[in-house]
Amino acid sequence: MHRFANPTRFLRLANAVLPWLGGLTAILFGVGLYQALVISPADYQQGETVRIMYVHVPAAWAALAGYASLAIASFTFLVWRHPLADLAARAASPIGAGFTAIALVTGALWGQPMWGTWWVWDARLTSVLILFFLYLGHMALVNAFDDSDRGGRAGAVLALVGVVNLPIIKFSVDWWNTLHQPASVLRMGGPKIAGEMMTPLMMMAGAYFALFGVLMILRIRSLLAARRLRQLRLAVQEI
Amino acid sequence: MGGYAAYIWPSYGFTALVLVALLISAWRTMRVRESEVERLRGLGADPRRRDGTSKDAV
Amino acid sequence: MTQKPRQKPKMTRKSKRLVLIAGGLAFVGLAVALVMTAFEDSVVFFFSPSELAAKPTDPDRRIRIGGLVEDGSVSTGPGEGEVRFRVTDGGATLPVVYVGILPDLFREGQGVVAQGSLVGEIFKADEVLAKHDETYMPPEVAKALKEQGHWQEGAEGATKKVPGS
Repeated sequence: MHRFANPTRFLRLANAVLPWLGGLTAILFGVGLYQALVISPADYQQGETVRIMYVHVPAAWAALAGYASLAIASFTFLVWRHPLADLAARAASPIGAGFTAIALVTGALWGQPMWGTWWVWDARLTSVLILFFLYLGHMALVNAFDDSDRGGRAGAVLALVGVVNLPIIKFSVDWWNTLHQPASVLRMGGPKIAGEMMTPLMMMAGAYFALFGVLMILRIRSLLAARRLRQLRLAVQEI
Repeated sequence: MGGYAAYIWPSYGFTALVLVALLISAWRTMRVRESEVERLRGLGADPRRRDGTSKDAV
Repeated sequence: MTQKPRQKPKMTRKSKRLVLIAGGLAFVGLAVALVMTAFEDSVVFFFSPSELAAKPTDPDRRIRIGGLVEDGSVSTGPGEGEVRFRVTDGGATLPVVYVGILPDLFREGQGVVAQGSLVGEIFKADEVLAKHDETYMPPEVAKALKEQGHWQEGAEGATKKVPGS
């Protein structure tokens, strides 16, 4: 555990992975966008608006996975007090907030023509909005203290409390009547999406997750450099 | 786009805006901070080199 | 200080934190589950016609009802711009009257959610939203399925949410 959490070792590994992950991200976005905008057929009910699904659904998945990573990092930081876990949590929340914003906005842009409304307060939409505020709250809280460690702990507690929201988001469409449709891919009895539409969806999902990895590496490197800067500035003052 | 261009393109536009903004800000912050680290280390402010305590460094 | 006495309390602190976090999470989860059970009715976005029949509400209260638009039930008039259709969940059926613009996804056999109030036996809606199901397929596939007789109209989308589920 601590062997992999050593910052120097992390940097060496992350920097080796970065160019490959970056290239993969570019390729997946290229192929995914072409598939989503050109190759994919229109849907038998939604028509061309099915193309919005290719940017909306992966964003929602990445938003959920991002929160799961945030929660795991927070848990690791609270229990083992490992500084790198704190940095991973701090790196994850703005990325997660971005993906959640994409899911909310593209969902509204799909809802207006299809449902007939931009927004409703049903269980799915409301719980995803709460996810967005949890991310924003985490971003604010970790920087709200002069003592960075206290900020990290406060943020970690918030992140863990917010974990209850994850199953609520996932199962909201099964537990209650919602306007939002039930899951199409991760559902009992297998996916309900035709192959021609599954391929672009999976390409885009791969692209989002690869980008997630790239962003995490860049942001953790940033945070490590910031920590190093604080130490160096103190040392410069001493000289 | 079957009459839905006014909804589809803004969806892709907003998505691109957010993802590109995340990428550029992450990249630029990292570059600025890492070059600042290099600059300060050039001034001989590296605590690791001065007193050899490396456990807090990095 | 030697290594040993330092090592031991560190371990117990760690597991104490672990227990504390696990206990805290279980507590929060329990609290949320209780709150959600208590507010079941307000979390529910709409009632099905069967639910409405089983649990009559005040005639003036604004509610949402949802189900499938019954096949062949959509008609216009007699009033200016009026649309009439029936909403069904397989059990009960409710006639709806609405004046306004229908969403693009509104069609017979598809899910619908209407907001309004019950006036006598008729539901007077002031807002009609279409509900999409979880099936995505190209039009040709849908056509082929229909021709082969493998088609179940709106099979799982909206009818799944009938009462008791």
